[in-house]
Amino acid sequence: MNIQLNGEACQTEAKTLDLLLVQFEYGDAVVATAVNGEFVAEEQRRKIEICDGDAVEILAPMQGG
Amino acid sequence: MMRKFYGTELSNGLMLGTAQYPSPAILADAFERSGAAVATVSLRRESGRDKAGQDFWELIQRLGVHVLPNTAGCHTVKEAVTTAHMAREIFGTKWIKLEVIGEEDLLHPDVFGLVEAARVLSEDGFEVFPYCTEDLVVADKLLNAGCEVLMPWGAPIGSGQGLNNLFGLRALRAHFPDVPLVIDAGLGLPSHAAQAMELGFDAVLLNTAVAKAGEPALMAEAFGLALKAGQMAALADPMEKRDMAAPSTPVIGKAFLS
Repeated sequence: MNIQLNGEACQTEAKTLDLLLVQFEYGDAVVATAVNGEFVAEEQRRKIEICDGDAVEILAPMQGG
Repeated sequence: MMRKFYGTELSNGLMLGTAQYPSPAILADAFERSGAAVATVSLRRESGRDKAGQDFWELIQRLGVHVLPNTAGCHTVKEAVTTAHMAREIFGTKWIKLEVIGEEDLLHPDVFGLVEAARVLSEDGFEVFPYCTEDLVVADKLLNAGCEVLMPWGAPIGSGQGLNNLFGLRALRAHFPDVPLVIDAGLGLPSHAAQAMELGFDAVLLNTAVAKAGEPALMAEAFGLALKAGQMAALADPMEKRDMAAPSTPVIGKAFLS
């Protein structure tokens, strides 16, 4: 499948969002996720199927004002 | 007595941003020397191998301050609401500094989108700190939308101009005497923070003025002191201004020497 991950084109065979995080080495990192502009809570990630063309955002803590 | 922020009493009214510091150590030093009670933070994309965000979050947790995530860079209600949800999960707080930007040159808030996003988020249990202007009508609509705190700008973000509309800010303070008010953005010098507190504001939120100073930690301490001075001045009930001079030295008993 071809997806957009944080704005970049990627290929994945991960069926669900939690598996996608593993594939791209997020491991235990503190991140928040959204798929196609919709927030996906951590406990929902294993239920969210990844489809061809999906836009996935994975955000981490960052400095801010 | 400081007004509470959604039931939370802060040790002081200094809210300090965490961006643009020369190093994490200097950031930590700035917080320690200023005694800031709140740190603002944000969210950005990060690859799985890059652990900068994780390291940053550990640093912030060690500071032992309240965390106020923002929705910086959001231009639509949907973006801001989604970002707020992501921030709540990561940072474990209901507080959100809500920014919906409507104009790029001044980073002027889109007050229409702001009110709408504030309503959506308040209904969803968020405790919203809206980055707004000093417009009284917008302020009223934000309060009706569920906000219990207002954060009018002093001047455009990062401009360092101080309090650009003293009349408007004074009117806002007078119009909403019970609402916690935070001057957010535009401060450049500690005297600006003192002035905000002298006007009766409850807190100031700043970042660039400290982070981009030649000695950020020293400037942070200066802001902390100025804020305290301004707060004490407000409590001390300042004198009324007058147009004409009034001699401070008693006239009675003055020698007649001419």
